[in-house]
Amino acid sequence: MNTMKKVFSLLLSLLVISGNSIAQTAVDSSVPMADKLREDGKIWVVVAVVAVVFAGIVINMLRIDSKVSKIEKELNIK
Amino acid sequence: MRKLWWKIVCIVLLFYVIVNGFMGTVPHLPILNESIRNTYFHVALWLAMTLLLFTSMIFSVRYLNSGDIKHDDIASELAKSGLFYGILGCLTGSLWANFTWGDPWPNDPKLNGAAVGILIYLAYILLRSSFEDEQRRARIASVYNIFAFAVFVPLIYILPRLTDSLHPGSGGNSTFGSYDMNNDLRMVFYPAIIGWILMGLWLAELRVRIKRINRLKEENFLEVQKSSRS
Repeated sequence: MNTMKKVFSLLLSLLVISGNSIAQTAVDSSVPMADKLREDGKIWVVVAVVAVVFAGIVINMLRIDSKVSKIEKELNIK
Repeated sequence: MRKLWWKIVCIVLLFYVIVNGFMGTVPHLPILNESIRNTYFHVALWLAMTLLLFTSMIFSVRYLNSGDIKHDDIASELAKSGLFYGILGCLTGSLWANFTWGDPWPNDPKLNGAAVGILIYLAYILLRSSFEDEQRRARIASVYNIFAFAVFVPLIYILPRLTDSLHPGSGGNSTFGSYDMNNDLRMVFYPAIIGWILMGLWLAELRVRIKRINRLKEENFLEVQKSSRS
């Protein structure tokens, strides 16, 4: 179980790091994309909004999880 | 809380998907433009849903083999998670279609198949609520679940390929493999699938635990009643 945790966390960190080395692909510049939005830096607003919403949901889920754990401990369920 | 590690993996993966979903490079395709990024959300949700429903069916089979109510608990909650993702998938797909295909619900066989699939699983939940006895409910619901999944797969995957369809991979359109899925997309797409599956499993696990707590409380309550009467 412990080795699996180590392997998983290694894989995870590799994944996150590799996300920064974005591969080069043939860019067809005739297709309109939101590059201007990204240039202005405004896209980060969108990312921040979605990330905040998701963080809220996740925190809520973690709280429910710990509440259920507490009750399980009380009732002595495995 | 039970086994925190995969929940942390889920959270990390989904944060990665959210950030790279907006900031990562994507192929420049006409009509789709930036909305190709929906692949990480809409398509990944549907794939996660299929896996959740498949696992639900497996647990239904296990229940029929073993008679252990715990298997039926898991089967029913996984089906509910799958259904939740199905509804989200339909809503997100409709939203996406509105801006790319020009119509939120074109008469596309995959969409209609998806709607029928959702109705089938809603009927599953209805079926469960119509029984009082736990074991009978579990048995009939398990059989229904197996048939439901057996019908669901052809509806969503096989039928659309046989007829004209707007969806990629169906009705003469090129599949995911060719030019609208390249390595840039894959790097975020695969973690997205795993992330959404883990989140569906997490939601199901929470509900299963609450169900079991309630069942234990009920059993204790009945025990106390019995002992106070005797």
